[in-house]
Amino acid sequence: MSTPTESAPAAPKPTRIAPIVTPDAKSFWDAADRGEFVGQKCGDCGVFTFPPRPMCPHCHSLKREEVPLSGRGTVHAWTVPRHPHPFGFKEAPIVAVIQLEEGTRMVSNVVGVRPEDMQMDLAVEVSFEPTMNNHKVPVFRPRTK
Amino acid sequence: MTRTFKEAAIAGIGATEFSKESGRTELQLAAECSLAACQDAGIDPREIDGMITFTIDNSDEISLARCLGVKDLAYTTRIPGGGAAAAATIAQAMAVVNAGLCKNVLIWRAMNERSQYRFGQNPTNMQGYTGGHGTGSLLWCIPYGAMTPASWAALQAARYMHTYGVTNRDLGHVAVQQRAYAATNPKAWYYQRPITLEDHQASKWIQEPWLRLLDCCQESDGGVAILVTSLERARDLKQPPVKIVGACQSIPYNVEVISNYYHDDLTIMPEAWGTAKRLYAQTGMKPSDMQAAMIYDAFTPHVLMQLEAFGFCGKGEAAAFVKSGALALDGRLPTNTHGGLLGEAYIHGMNTMAEGVRQVRGAAVNQVSNVTNVLVSSGMAGAILSKA
Repeated sequence: MSTPTESAPAAPKPTRIAPIVTPDAKSFWDAADRGEFVGQKCGDCGVFTFPPRPMCPHCHSLKREEVPLSGRGTVHAWTVPRHPHPFGFKEAPIVAVIQLEEGTRMVSNVVGVRPEDMQMDLAVEVSFEPTMNNHKVPVFRPRTK
Repeated sequence: MTRTFKEAAIAGIGATEFSKESGRTELQLAAECSLAACQDAGIDPREIDGMITFTIDNSDEISLARCLGVKDLAYTTRIPGGGAAAAATIAQAMAVVNAGLCKNVLIWRAMNERSQYRFGQNPTNMQGYTGGHGTGSLLWCIPYGAMTPASWAALQAARYMHTYGVTNRDLGHVAVQQRAYAATNPKAWYYQRPITLEDHQASKWIQEPWLRLLDCCQESDGGVAILVTSLERARDLKQPPVKIVGACQSIPYNVEVISNYYHDDLTIMPEAWGTAKRLYAQTGMKPSDMQAAMIYDAFTPHVLMQLEAFGFCGKGEAAAFVKSGALALDGRLPTNTHGGLLGEAYIHGMNTMAEGVRQVRGAAVNQVSNVTNVLVSSGMAGAILSKA
């Protein structure tokens, strides 16, 4: 006898490689696992930094805060890795440098767009995709609003 | 020994053959090229008292010293940043000779970067991305499928190419010129194998729509070594001394090697601009004082961005500069006359440093006439080598 769960087509197992988590970046990836997109903001002077670090380069405060980011940004640079085919992807992904609204940048993927339709400065918003070992990573899709 | 300031010079260069399968260990390649550099200089390898390499070189200082019979090492150090270290090793060697800390500094880089492991393939070991390896923030790229140097370089080049309307075909002129140099260099892997712009355009996409196969450097096995000593001593040795007039590193705020997306303006290489500014200030020289340039060319856009950083042309003008034939032997700035990392071999930029030395000596296969000063650059570091 099958339950409804068993009869539904099994979701494909994520093949994307899990993030490499270093101690200083752990809070970023832990938040991603919860489906939250956070950035590091200085608890004293309010400057945003990426990649995460233990000290604010502006005022040298050690008071780091993880705050929710808007998740909105633009594509500052992008490429499609054709050779070698990147490990963990069925189709070659669009890799991009995302310029975030808060002023920092990060590398991610743009999903929901065909490579031939990619444009520099495309407005995007955050979304999440699963990885191997039950983690999630923030990716970006064209903004709807 | 009392320390006094001493001018530094390159007295010897040495290399193994450049191949795709050396058939011997990296340590053996290191020992062979180091011995060759000492023999070139006429220095007994036992007298080496300083050793410098890249953080990511796999050979141990002690193991190499044991091969060469080094009697008493006074100084060792390693430079981070992958190939960015190339010219920085020269800056370090210059500094320790200037400071009177060492008499004979050996710089080496040796690797089986084709037969034993390949930088151009997906990584199999993530340990190198966790810090302490001098490779910056690559860990932020891996889960997104940016797993190779070409992918990191494409993201770096994209904004530059987009902003200035540089096409992939424009990049082809760099590759064609360098392969022309390689074609007449018997040491080059691509000896007697020049390419046309059409060949470049027909090569497969590595990073679409920015980099094709022929925009990428090779993967190579081999070793290169350089022997640095005082200018005074170099004058009495076998080769004409090549003076290190100036050498420096520059790593401006928020810049890192290759995954270099966090600084303000992605249409420039701030590290190369910083290196240029520091180097010209140090030496009192200017771009027009250079008769040739040897520029780190892991990927063709790096050449364009460094030509602009070092002031050989204006911002966004490098593609036109190259297209005009400026990099040829009869051009305004003969560049990468050995064929570069694209044409000769990828020994992490050290073979490019060695070509700078040959040009100053007047001993290059593709010799530039009347060379007094040559700029050598590995992006985050540079040096000016001159006739003594």
